Amino acid sequence: MRRMLPAGHNGLLVECDDLADVMSLHRAVEASRPTGVIDLVPAARTLLLTFDDTTTRSDLTAAVANVGTAEAIAPLDRPEVVIPVTYDGGDLAEVAELTGIPVDEVVRRHQAADHIVAFTGFAPGFAYIAGGDSALNVPRRPTPRTRVPAGSVSLAGEFTGIYPREGPGGWQLIGRTDAVLWDLRRETPALLTPGTRVRFSEVGS
Amino acid sequence: MIEVLRSGPLTTIQDLGRPGYAHLGVGRSGAVDRPSLRLANRLVGNLEDAAGLELTFGGLALRATESITVALTGAPCEAMAGGRGRDLFAPLALAAGDILEIGMPSRGVRTYLAVRGGIDCEPVLGSRSTDLLSHLGPDRLRDGDELSIGRPNGDAPGVDVAPVRRLPDEPVLRVVPGPRADWFAPDALTVLGHTRYEVTSSSDRVGVRLDGPPLERARTDELPSEGMVEGAVQVPPDGHPVIFLADHPVTGGYPVIAVVHPEDVAAAAQLRPGQPVRFECVRLG
Repeated sequence: MRRMLPAGHNGLLVECDDLADVMSLHRAVEASRPTGVIDLVPAARTLLLTFDDTTTRSDLTAAVANVGTAEAIAPLDRPEVVIPVTYDGGDLAEVAELTGIPVDEVVRRHQAADHIVAFTGFAPGFAYIAGGDSALNVPRRPTPRTRVPAGSVSLAGEFTGIYPREGPGGWQLIGRTDAVLWDLRRETPALLTPGTRVRFSEVGS
Repeated sequence: MIEVLRSGPLTTIQDLGRPGYAHLGVGRSGAVDRPSLRLANRLVGNLEDAAGLELTFGGLALRATESITVALTGAPCEAMAGGRGRDLFAPLALAAGDILEIGMPSRGVRTYLAVRGGIDCEPVLGSRSTDLLSHLGPDRLRDGDELSIGRPNGDAPGVDVAPVRRLPDEPVLRVVPGPRADWFAPDALTVLGHTRYEVTSSSDRVGVRLDGPPLERARTDELPSEGMVEGAVQVPPDGHPVIFLADHPVTGGYPVIAVVHPEDVAAAAQLRPGQPVRFECVRLG
């Protein structure tokens, strides 16, 4: 059951059943784009709608309530993005230990899965990439790193994430990529947007 | 053109921000006290969304290289041009070569300077705002910068001075219960509404950080990160609330106990370190 939570005068936070439900709701609301909606912010379990004064929370609640739950999430009709990865991250051994899966098998499983971008956030161009092998779910590092290099491919919970630029971060680093995640010269600056299919591919393999 | 002689503690170019890109991880940004930037723009005959300067604790000195009309709003501070004090909240004509020097505000934090025609620089995702969290938009001003001015658009200034309310010594911010009010102890909203908080010096464009009795949680499990709104009162594990301003992160992982009324966000943006502030819990209309 989705729960509708008020987020101030111009926000509605919809708590969904699970990540798949967030993604299907986001897709549906994005397609219908109710009047007055400014921003849609999908996250792991919630979709935030912010709106202007041309609509009301009750109108949007009604619009969201009309969207069916748990509709299958068909990947968007755009090409899969292949991310070339060098699997030499500083936490690869830690991930192997936490999961009980040898390093080469971690690398194999990470490439084998059909990934899809669930949502973005944290920093411009940072995508929460879902659909990975659930055996590779690991917690964040107990102490975040103060400096994670740009292009670091990392794991946390059910997600893979790639740091668009250098900065602090607490995810487990498994590799690095030369893919440019954020480029303002592109029409869509973010390489990975919600719904994009993603495959990771080891460099030189 | 405007020549920046002294950029002050922190001066940035701001307009009304870049709403509509949160799904890319890009926040709204823009002036933290939007009504003040709007007013400054109106005073010089600009559209309200023209880019101006946001001064944090004043300190700006500039030289006009051509005749320009500017206006100052927001946190009141002394403004000197041509050797004499000038009024804020009023159009102010500068001749080519005139130097405008702005002091430190006597109350509030952020002073806005609008120039007729607006500050012209390359927009990023439709906005000329500097987002200090995401490193988007123009860099903060440096001594020696030269700022281009856009072409005037709209009517010429038609007022002498705009009446404004004095910034209060101890503001009371109206809040409504937030999406995660139920993550806190039953009396937490009452505590929030009856506490005199003190603004800490780590406050910035991301948020106003407050010191006071910690707000107790009822649930201690981890909240999956979720979308955040401007004015959200987020409570990290230490129990000290943070009011999110224009450069707040798009998502956050700590529960939001309350959300500041949209009309009171500007007052929150003018809170100075050490200043007391209180909350008044109201019902969501």
